[in-house]
Amino acid sequence: MIAEIGHFTLILALAVALAQMTVPMWGAHIRDARLMSFGDSAAVAQFGLLIISFLALTHAFVTSDFSVLNVVQNSHSEKPLIYRISGVWGNHEGSMLLWVLILGLFGSAVAVFGRNLPATLRANVLGVQASIAVAFLLFMLFTSNPFERVDPAPFDGQGLNPILQDPALAFHPPFLYAGYVGFSMAFSFAVAALIEGRIDAAWARWVRPWTLAAWMCLTLGIAMGSWWAYYELGWGGWWFWDPVENASFMPWLAGTALLHSALVMEKREALKVWTILLAILTFSLSLMGAFLVRSGVLTSVHAFAVDPDRGIVILGIMMFFTGGALALFAWRAGTLRQGGLFAPLSREGGLVLNNVLLSVACATVLVGTLYPLALEGVTGEKISVGPPFFNMTFIPLMLPLLLAMPFGPLMAWKRGDLRGVAQRLAFAAGFAVLFTVIVAAMTGPGPWLAPICAALGLFVLFGAITDLLSRARFGDVSRGEFLRRVVSLPRSAYGTALAHAGIGIMVLGIVGTSAYQSEKIVALKPGETAEVAGYQLLFKGIQPTKGPNYSEQIATFEVTRDGAAVTTLLPSKRLYNAPPQPTTEAGIYAAWTGDLYVALGDEQPSGAVSMRLYFHPLVRLIWLGAVIMFVGGAISLSDRRLRVGAPQRARSRPAAVPAE
Amino acid sequence: MTRKQRRGILIGSGVVILSIAAVLVMFAFRESIVFFHTPSDIAEKKVEAGKRFRLGGLVADGSVKRAQGTTVQFAVTDTLATVNVSYTGILPDLFREGQGVVTEGKLEPDGSFIADTVLAKHDENYMPPEVAKSLEEKGVKLGPGAQHKSGTGY
Repeated sequence: MIAEIGHFTLILALAVALAQMTVPMWGAHIRDARLMSFGDSAAVAQFGLLIISFLALTHAFVTSDFSVLNVVQNSHSEKPLIYRISGVWGNHEGSMLLWVLILGLFGSAVAVFGRNLPATLRANVLGVQASIAVAFLLFMLFTSNPFERVDPAPFDGQGLNPILQDPALAFHPPFLYAGYVGFSMAFSFAVAALIEGRIDAAWARWVRPWTLAAWMCLTLGIAMGSWWAYYELGWGGWWFWDPVENASFMPWLAGTALLHSALVMEKREALKVWTILLAILTFSLSLMGAFLVRSGVLTSVHAFAVDPDRGIVILGIMMFFTGGALALFAWRAGTLRQGGLFAPLSREGGLVLNNVLLSVACATVLVGTLYPLALEGVTGEKISVGPPFFNMTFIPLMLPLLLAMPFGPLMAWKRGDLRGVAQRLAFAAGFAVLFTVIVAAMTGPGPWLAPICAALGLFVLFGAITDLLSRARFGDVSRGEFLRRVVSLPRSAYGTALAHAGIGIMVLGIVGTSAYQSEKIVALKPGETAEVAGYQLLFKGIQPTKGPNYSEQIATFEVTRDGAAVTTLLPSKRLYNAPPQPTTEAGIYAAWTGDLYVALGDEQPSGAVSMRLYFHPLVRLIWLGAVIMFVGGAISLSDRRLRVGAPQRARSRPAAVPAE
Repeated sequence: MTRKQRRGILIGSGVVILSIAAVLVMFAFRESIVFFHTPSDIAEKKVEAGKRFRLGGLVADGSVKRAQGTTVQFAVTDTLATVNVSYTGILPDLFREGQGVVTEGKLEPDGSFIADTVLAKHDENYMPPEVAKSLEEKGVKLGPGAQHKSGTGY
């Protein structure tokens, strides 16, 4: 019964979305306020219906209702509660329901918080947003109904892929989808602006918080995925340039560029056409990501059972929205008025450089990801493009970006003083080089690129601090005045500095773990010792135990360093009951300088167990950096001037307030 | 500076960066593309020893031998031809006889394959598309598990 309610509300949501797609846009066309305001109530109603539908599916999973096909295929009565809940989106149908739910959430947020948007813009945005919802709801109802019944109901389910039964991965999809789908807001605003043929700084001020929120969620979602791959897959890597990873990384790159170009548009009314194009492309890349992941056209280590037939429908949806929006763009972009002038050496110029580098980098990732498909289509040759390609193309593009990053926020708008900024950054650059030389001398020879990248990472980190200090006029004013200024700096300044510092910290982690990692593959019998990166690991033996829905073989290692006990590591191999599938749980010890990591392999006839031992220096900084970026985004989002729904007030503030 | 000159500088620098990237991409493609072959392709296409490629097919039944130390021997087959593979390292959890596998490495002069990577997969029912397609082309029937009607968004 509850499953039928879920199915029924899904159909109702489609009906509401159809009305929301047409009525407000017609109202905007004939300037009828009543028709336009229909969009608000429709958006809220649609979201409400989708919540009911989502709760119905969650109920089916939590209560293990095995008369629902989706639950049978993806759940099991023995599974712990958290994984019965995450199982809702751990499959194709359920994850599509989560997708439309988030789509509805963003739409209703515009209706509720966008009260002071111009009525026609709001009506058009809600109309475009609803059209995306219609496409995905039709897709779900006709090809991927999560509420399909099965008769007779089996006694128990087939279970969720054990590798997905993990806390980080339980919350990875919701964040990732909030990112992907959040970019639909930028898309809807862009299309609505093109329909109206009018776009100004206020438009950017409305779009930026949505894009920022989506970007934050995507950052965290990707980081969670990377963290999971690191400890769950037992091979110790954190990024593989796999097509599925690239699928999430491309919207991130484009979205990062969009955040920065929207800034130029908000402050200086320049780059209008480019910002609109970027908004369209960012969401298109999100849709392409969904297509690549689901269709299975590319070989991926992260591919779970995929379905090419339904993937093709997503390709169709993507082509419809991208093609339609680009056609509209080609038709209407000429009508957008040009904005403010600026010199190449200025804050705007820096942001343009950021945009060029990020979008070109995004394009190289796109080429590398799709080239195997294209070549197979043309010549029939099957190839793969691996990490060496991306390292050779992506890294050279990121180095100038890192170098330019500390300069950007310190440059003035319109016309910047490069020499003055360079003087202010001299300390940051000096510290960065000094640190790097000391560390390079201590660690000994490594790849030549590593110290350069480390210096750039430190430069970005110190540059972010310099930015805050110089905004508070450190050195120019008395200490009391300086402290007062530090406290009263706008939150968006802290947000920028934190996000940039997060990148710097992440770069340090990447350099540390890629250039100075130690790895050892050994086979040990109980009582034997292996050594990696100065740690001695004594293998004590293997004990069997039982978990809630798996049996487990836990190995015990006594870890010592120079004779002093450090910790006990307990890596294990699990065999899940349903589906019967083994997983490897790494044993990790996090020291200040890095992670000691042990993953078990097979037992050999002689009784020895093969295993992989790693030491990953600074690897945690990668995810710490991502978290800092998320926090920076959140602080920036809480800035009163950026707050959703408060754009007008900020604008009408008296101009007499001193700038600094 | 006029608007036109400024725009020229902007577009010019964009084009420069784009062309640098294009050169990098061409160069990287020449250096780092890895071809995919099945065991019978090796004879057909005369794949040279010492060249890096991906070898895909099914793990032959009864072929997995764990020697002393961490080296594992197994055979990859597309039912028409079989290649012996030797790999030093930890095999992925879902590595099994009779299932699809993709390995990366080099051919030795004696015709055996030294793999440095065995691609892990996360799902028992996942068959890498190249393997599925080449096996289909060679006329090998795949079991019903090869295509499984459910997917996730990871």
